Amino acid sequence: MRVRLVGIYGAALVIGTWVAAPLLLIALAAFTPRNILYEWPRPLWPRAFSLDTMLFFLRSTGVWASTLNSVVVAGLTIGLAFLIAAPTGYALARYRFRGKGAVQLSILVVKMFPATVLSIPLAVAFIRWGLYDTLIGVAIVHTALSIPFVTVIVTSVFVGISYELEEAAMTLGSNRLRAFLRVTLPMAVPGLAAAAIFTFVLSWNEVFAATILTLDHRTLPALIVDSVISAGAPLHFRFAGGFFMVMPAVVIIFLIRRYLLTLWGVTVR
Amino acid sequence: MAIADAEALTGVTRARVNWTPYLLVLPTLAFLSVFFIYPMAQAISLAVTDPPTGALTWAHFRRMSSDLYFGQAVRFTLIITAIAVPLQVALGLAIALLVNTRFRGHTVFLYLTALPIGISDLAAGMIWLSILTERGYLNAALQRLGLIEQPVVFLTLERPEWLLAAIILTELWRATAIVMVILLAGLQLIPKDYAETAAVFGAGRWQTARHVILPLLRPSLQTALIIRTILAFQLFATVVTLAGRQIPVLAGETYFWYSLYRSPSVASAYAVLILLLSASITWIYLYVLAPKAGEVRL
Repeated sequence: MRVRLVGIYGAALVIGTWVAAPLLLIALAAFTPRNILYEWPRPLWPRAFSLDTMLFFLRSTGVWASTLNSVVVAGLTIGLAFLIAAPTGYALARYRFRGKGAVQLSILVVKMFPATVLSIPLAVAFIRWGLYDTLIGVAIVHTALSIPFVTVIVTSVFVGISYELEEAAMTLGSNRLRAFLRVTLPMAVPGLAAAAIFTFVLSWNEVFAATILTLDHRTLPALIVDSVISAGAPLHFRFAGGFFMVMPAVVIIFLIRRYLLTLWGVTVR
Repeated sequence: MAIADAEALTGVTRARVNWTPYLLVLPTLAFLSVFFIYPMAQAISLAVTDPPTGALTWAHFRRMSSDLYFGQAVRFTLIITAIAVPLQVALGLAIALLVNTRFRGHTVFLYLTALPIGISDLAAGMIWLSILTERGYLNAALQRLGLIEQPVVFLTLERPEWLLAAIILTELWRATAIVMVILLAGLQLIPKDYAETAAVFGAGRWQTARHVILPLLRPSLQTALIIRTILAFQLFATVVTLAGRQIPVLAGETYFWYSLYRSPSVASAYAVLILLLSASITWIYLYVLAPKAGEVRL
């Protein structure tokens, strides 16, 4: 028994270090003065910390504008995805209807669909529709990608809230809408918030479609990819950019930790 | 709850069709047809038609396959996938089994190992670049240990196998988390009595894992394999940050043909190729690796 415990904790320690160490190192790099980053012998622990590297990144042309673009795109994506997918999630939780299995299967297929394939034809179509190089265009693609995730979380949230409570409110004189708004919805808020937060990460992190679909109105990942490919951005820009992009993830995964298994748990059977 | 609730909710008799759920589902289906089915059809049509005349042609596929980067892109994409995905599944399974022992502190461990789910391929590329670049942490550590005097250049075309290793390492670090979460969700669906029964009948821990848990975990393993393989075919930002175009990959070539050579048609040909590869690998996983008749499905 003791051998087994040592094995478990040993393995957890090794794997935990493997995941955590690179995150700590990029944070370290982001706050290491530029000249030390290029020194040899390179010290493992910098002699001094400075905001110099981060400020260089944040003051680079386009970084603020594209960060703002990223946030706007993520906001639009959350709005669109909820408008479109939340009713579906509710229907899948509360009703039994012919074709339900087909709807669930098509949502699962969408989750597995190679998104790269969408970007090129949509770019061509968006030029015709006047959506090319617009934030709403990018948000539309991100919405398509996030619909499966929003649907599964919303479904699991409403499955978890007993319909009998809604009924009880109705016997006490509420109408159906009021019962939903006053009884069910408040209980659903944490789960719905998790879905919104995950949608934010998905959009914030998406690189390929954003790169293809924008030109002047870059999102942050699109700007960084572009500066790496066509401008050969210096290393300290890349480290600071990497750290800046990772930061929200650490907080966000913590906030939605309860729903991680729901997000990915549905399988092909 | 479903039947009783549905009736309670609708207040109609069983004989009439209730349209409410269909109305609720409609926006999703409409949106997905416009932004999934239409572009998919459009990608195929772009790839096989001549832009001005609209006539059918194989010219874009010929142009794609005669390009110098094409053979390499196919080869590198398949190599990276074939090495990275099995490693991700193995490590993901190990982590999921570890979490499932519910040792003290397993929730913190789960959160930590799930963290990379929120990290983009682009950021992961930057993170590992800070480790593997010439003046990076790996060289700094090797020098501190006295193993090297001068920095080793890991990320160079002169050593393509090191470039590949760097990409695979980064993908292993970043994408194992998704596999782990899928498998953990699957593990938690398996009733505890199964393992207990196996133990009662004298099965050891290893035998239980091999003959009871793994077969029951097959649907989750299948899903994890499909999702990871399809995502590996789309590998882009990790490669761009670590290797540029020195290691060409399919999604990268799609990008270059669209943005650099301004040819949506050849880019679409690449997109269609990725689509075909993804569809065939899904088919293989679902039907070739399907459980044989008589096997238990949970």
